[in-house]
Amino acid sequence: MSEPILVAENLTKWFPVKRSLTQVVRHERTWVRAVDGVSFSVEKGEIFGLVGESGCGKTTTGKLVMKLLDITDGTLKLQGEDVTHIKGAALAQHRRHVQMIFQDPYASMNPRFTIEEVLMEPLEIHNVGKDRAERDVWVREILEEVKLSPPDEFLVRHPHMLSGGQRQRAATARTLMLNPSLIVADEPVSMIDLSTRAEILSMMKQLQREMGLTYIYITHDLSTARYFTDRLAVMYLGKIIEMGPAGTIIDKALHPYTMALIGAVCEPVSGKVNQIKDVPIKGEIPAATNIPTGCRFHPRCLYSVAECWQEEEPTLDDIGGGHRVACRRYKEIERLGNAARTSEASLGLRRTA
Amino acid sequence: MEKERVLEVQDLELHYFTRKGVVKAVDKLSFFLRKGETLGVVGESGCGKTTMGTALLNMPTPPGRIIGGRILLDGQDILKLSENEVRRRVRWETIAMVFQGAMNCLTPVYTIEKQMRETLQQHRTMEKAEAKERMKNYLNLVGLSDDVLRRYPHELSGGMKQRVVIATALFLEPKVIICDEPTTALDVVVQAQIINLLKDLKEQVGVSFIFITHDLSIEAEVSDRILVMYAGRIAEMGTNAQIYGPQGPAHPYTQRLLGATPRLHEEVEELAFIPGTPPDLIAPPEGCRFHPRCPVLLERCAQDDVPLREIEPDHMVACWRCFDE
Repeated sequence: MSEPILVAENLTKWFPVKRSLTQVVRHERTWVRAVDGVSFSVEKGEIFGLVGESGCGKTTTGKLVMKLLDITDGTLKLQGEDVTHIKGAALAQHRRHVQMIFQDPYASMNPRFTIEEVLMEPLEIHNVGKDRAERDVWVREILEEVKLSPPDEFLVRHPHMLSGGQRQRAATARTLMLNPSLIVADEPVSMIDLSTRAEILSMMKQLQREMGLTYIYITHDLSTARYFTDRLAVMYLGKIIEMGPAGTIIDKALHPYTMALIGAVCEPVSGKVNQIKDVPIKGEIPAATNIPTGCRFHPRCLYSVAECWQEEEPTLDDIGGGHRVACRRYKEIERLGNAARTSEASLGLRRTA
Repeated sequence: MEKERVLEVQDLELHYFTRKGVVKAVDKLSFFLRKGETLGVVGESGCGKTTMGTALLNMPTPPGRIIGGRILLDGQDILKLSENEVRRRVRWETIAMVFQGAMNCLTPVYTIEKQMRETLQQHRTMEKAEAKERMKNYLNLVGLSDDVLRRYPHELSGGMKQRVVIATALFLEPKVIICDEPTTALDVVVQAQIINLLKDLKEQVGVSFIFITHDLSIEAEVSDRILVMYAGRIAEMGTNAQIYGPQGPAHPYTQRLLGATPRLHEEVEELAFIPGTPPDLIAPPEGCRFHPRCPVLLERCAQDDVPLREIEPDHMVACWRCFDE
């Protein structure tokens, strides 16, 4: 196996909440536990997906990897070097090696810049390239690479003169300017029309193959995650609760939360219009200030038993084939699920007979 | 026997008069909605689906103007009514709309009770106690408890706010509710819950829905019939089975749109997409509006305007390839 580019161990980010007077007097503090002990590693040339609902900490994890936020606890290693608490020049270097594609390409580009200026800026900041002529050649090459051609036509345009898809291409081009070792893509296609979404993802995947790029793909959309990623981690309330090869996670999910997420996805097939969707989950996501004891999913889980909230939180255990799951009862649930499916099948048979 | 039609739209035209020129956002649209059915409207952004929704309330956003056509709601043309009559008798009374990002429609400084009562008071004279009873009933119907009435919007989650908005749209008992992307800002689990709620309401209350979204996979789960819009016109309209069934849709645009919709349980090497961008509606292409992006175009597609024709019962297509001539 190749060397992992990024290793996160027990990565934690807690945000303080403004204290009330009584809390100040009692020396108490409440914390939003946005990322609460996350461990994963990303191999070179791999696309690693982080999925989960809003508020699960996936974007915060992305920002920690970028070092846009200070890490509360845990360690982060990029290419074998500890970057957890780096500052100054080392931090600048880190940000050169790790680039980010944001959700809204319009908000992440200076509207007064032309595309040329947008793409030049990272080179100027990091003082890469010997002169303007050399940089100019690079900018043109990258634009061809993301299929914004002919480059001359696009270089003079401002972000508002591009369509949503073109803007996201330009944003991708900008991250490529510094030849990064890791790209964090935070919901890069969620604001793009369905018809062009696939086009952007195909382009990103093609670039990954050609240039050997490594991505962390953050999304709430499981169906694009399946196509786009090699490995997937499902987050819930600041923790990874299931992780493994994308196909395995989606077709053979074991954690009840992952199963609920998958059950909730709509599929473009006929014959579902008069059925009520079966989403095996109850209640709503609790606040990250007040994380339930034991397994953090237990209040919403249909299979939880006393030991789920009385005992310690289950760990993310490898169950073979790189598939990891943090659930105490996954074997029983799997058996229950199969039993339910068999009874359903027999019912179906009876109905047709 | 065919069910009664609650809404019939004929040759509806809505243009935006901008400085750059006239944008033909809705161009001679004709369709109908039966009682108790859900009609899905899909298309890419800018195809005119939201514009069409506002037109149905006779509420075009300036600089838009409805310049032609008829909207028959219960047999009455609402475009002929005065603004006052529309406001009193039509909007929210017979046809209501749940807007895109509806959770942001709630005023942050009012309690839910106050905002809901405001709608009610505009339309009905009612004792406070009776009004409160009615609000409670409708909140319960959408799966919320009574104490939501005392709350402010910021105390509710996105899904709960969406339910409040749906309850508010429902409680004057309209015949038609237009839902414009009601689930796009919501998480998948909450989205599934809202979809279930809408299905449940359709059965319990018997209201008809027009469900606008860009996502064909959501339409597959909620809509009895699907209307596919492209560049202000109808490309295809058919039943759920005709669009999503094994034979697949007839129009190349619908086929491609469906091809670009990812499926969860299928291993795919390459996702399909539609090259090019939707046309500029100030100067739409000659002939079939999809022809510049169409993979299977014929010679005549670039020249002759293509009509919408019925190719089998309930299945209308605007594509020269689909007509046997």
